[in-house]
Amino acid sequence: MKEIFVRLDRCQGCKSCEMACAVQHSASKSLYGAASEKPGPVRRLYVESAEGIRVPLVCRHCEDAPCVAVCRTGAMSQDPIKGVVDRDVTRCVGCWMCAMICPYGVIGQGSERRVAVKCDRCPDMDVPACVDACPAGALVYATQGEFMELMRKAAASKIAREAKGLARA
Amino acid sequence: MVKDVRERSIDPASQEMLSIAQRAGIETAWDRFEKQQPQCGFGELGLCCRNCNMGPCRIDPFGEGPVKGVCGATADIMVARNLLRSIAAGAAAHSDHARDVAQTFQLLVDGKAPSYGIKDQAKLERLMKEYGVATPAALAEAILEEFGKQNGPIQFTRRAPAKRQELWQKLGIEPRGIDREIVECMHRTTMGVDNDYVNLVLHGLRTSLADGWGGSMIATELQDVMFGTPTPTFSEANLGVLEPDLVNVIVHGHEPLLSEMIVAAATDPELIERARGQGAAGINVAGICCTGNEVLMRHGVPVAGNFLQQELAVATGAVDAMVVDVQCIMPALGALSGCFHTKFISTSPKAKFPGMTHMEFHEENALQTAKEIVSAAVMNYKNRDPAKVHIPDIKSKCMVGFSVESIVETLGGSLDPLLGAITSGAVRGIGAVVGCNNPKVQQDYGHINLVKELIRNNVLVVNTGCNAQACAKAGLLLPEAADLAGEGLKGVCKALGIPPVLHMGSCVDISRILVAAAAIANALGVDISDLPAAGAAPEWMSEKAVAIGAYVVGSGVFTVLGTVPPILGSQAVAGLLTSGAKDVLGATFAVEPDPMKAAALMIDHIDSQRQKLGI
Repeated sequence: MKEIFVRLDRCQGCKSCEMACAVQHSASKSLYGAASEKPGPVRRLYVESAEGIRVPLVCRHCEDAPCVAVCRTGAMSQDPIKGVVDRDVTRCVGCWMCAMICPYGVIGQGSERRVAVKCDRCPDMDVPACVDACPAGALVYATQGEFMELMRKAAASKIAREAKGLARA
Repeated sequence: MVKDVRERSIDPASQEMLSIAQRAGIETAWDRFEKQQPQCGFGELGLCCRNCNMGPCRIDPFGEGPVKGVCGATADIMVARNLLRSIAAGAAAHSDHARDVAQTFQLLVDGKAPSYGIKDQAKLERLMKEYGVATPAALAEAILEEFGKQNGPIQFTRRAPAKRQELWQKLGIEPRGIDREIVECMHRTTMGVDNDYVNLVLHGLRTSLADGWGGSMIATELQDVMFGTPTPTFSEANLGVLEPDLVNVIVHGHEPLLSEMIVAAATDPELIERARGQGAAGINVAGICCTGNEVLMRHGVPVAGNFLQQELAVATGAVDAMVVDVQCIMPALGALSGCFHTKFISTSPKAKFPGMTHMEFHEENALQTAKEIVSAAVMNYKNRDPAKVHIPDIKSKCMVGFSVESIVETLGGSLDPLLGAITSGAVRGIGAVVGCNNPKVQQDYGHINLVKELIRNNVLVVNTGCNAQACAKAGLLLPEAADLAGEGLKGVCKALGIPPVLHMGSCVDISRILVAAAAIANALGVDISDLPAAGAAPEWMSEKAVAIGAYVVGSGVFTVLGTVPPILGSQAVAGLLTSGAKDVLGATFAVEPDPMKAAALMIDHIDSQRQKLGI
């Protein structure tokens, strides 16, 4: 199961992911079209800044997701195979239980209606729009295993470089 | 990953070289363009501002995030300020080119530039009369004063129809001095100055007019005086003009001050003899971009290609020297030349590049430097690696050299036959098609399809720059191309022996199109905005094109852009330029990437203009 992982050290704060997300969830699905849509499309992930670091926040699609557990109407549900948490707009009543329980603050509000809006991991795309748009490789779409392998290799080369440096010193 | 080269260009020579480059692992602008994807949406919409260090600021086009920069600038202000800076850069490029030409002219008349001469005495005398001066020295001084004038007028703006001049004065956009308007753009857009988008756009128009009817026109006119006013001549275009057994020297950039001297040096018997001594059969000069157009128009020097072919030319492995001056020269040429024997020679103190050999060019000893440059190319011939040489056997013949003067002469001494053809409807109208290449558009697809569609509908096309080179490569600049035109235009072309597409020169030579438009408007007793004419830049990329677009619309010509300018983040600015301007200037911009639809917009406009004129 592929998920969206974040490499914090790589984020440049350009917010291209936010823009691509909004465009992908617009009526026209094009930047120039979306720019003139009324109401404008809503993004589902957020690049925040804390302690001088840029932190892209995107729904973690948690196992046994708290937003699903607290949803009173069954609007929020989790796909048992893919693990994707999505919400059924026809059932959402905007009670914001999900918003109150989400530890990442990634439940947004629809621009027209008082309904929850969140990452649906772009079901129509091979790679989610945010990952596709990231010019810095800060967002990675991979399985947990693949991502850990990526991080291990990066850590290994860092350690190796340091070890070589120490040996020379 | 293997790319389909047919998706990158419609030019068979480009396709062939792109395949070769791909196999050899050579990177081109198209590869780098792909690596840039996705490009920044804020930039595309014009919604980022780096003008002060409280920023950089961005405005969320969807209204969810910030709607103002730190200073409080809204999307409208940001977009208008960014647009103004682009216009300033474009106007600066053309006008600084003009300054170099004017200074060379002054050195020439002072006897300090012996390499140059007066080639068009009649034009020199006309210009002296126009300026009301008695000597060439006084003309040089008067023209150089245009740059530093504080309160105008720029003399050549007086060539515009009286109605247009009155309109500019009424709107307060008559340029006061070339440098002044450009400087004021920078002042107005710095933190905390002009924050009214209409006021900003109006100054943008004023600055662009100082380019079109100032800098660009000065460059064209003085170049004609020094190097000759172009007359119809034949030549060839595309990478196939490079020769396997000749020393190939490419001149690339924009100013004929250098390329004219290179062309002269290449005919030097001593250098030709030296080339023979090195095993070559002679010396071949070919052009790329507008410096190529300058020597094409005046000497029939062949064209190796347009903007996106500069790297492909080097990739043939047959270029012994790539000699550049200023503008549109990719810094990528340095590393690329390093993969071949090619000497990448920069010549301007203003333009240095990684991987270059710098052979600085000065007007006082121009021919001597040119000879040294050609000699360096000759001596480099032996370093060619035959295993790396691949020249596509593709080139087309073309007829070029249509200055306003030569068009009038072709017509038999006056514009009347053309006016007659327009009035009768044989020629439906005039389409001016200009501008660059841009990897956002399949190379030449926009240019060729737009032009073909226009001539098919009896619209006579005048063109410059990379569009003209695209048309040269596609065989549209030949009298025989009249067969592709509608019946009316075909008849006119056949009667006069001219192509349906007239190459009027380099990008600064768009000023020739302004002069022609003013002359036609004056002959009909109307303003330029009343003419059955329209402009287009199907593949534009340079800031110079932004300045050109602005002065063309500011002069009253409806203009269609083929790539989207970074203004759509502000509906107010976009609305002003695409519709509001109509009531003020009598012309607007339109944006239409599809060349067929762009042609339809131009033709519709031409038809409605004809109706209004009652013809």
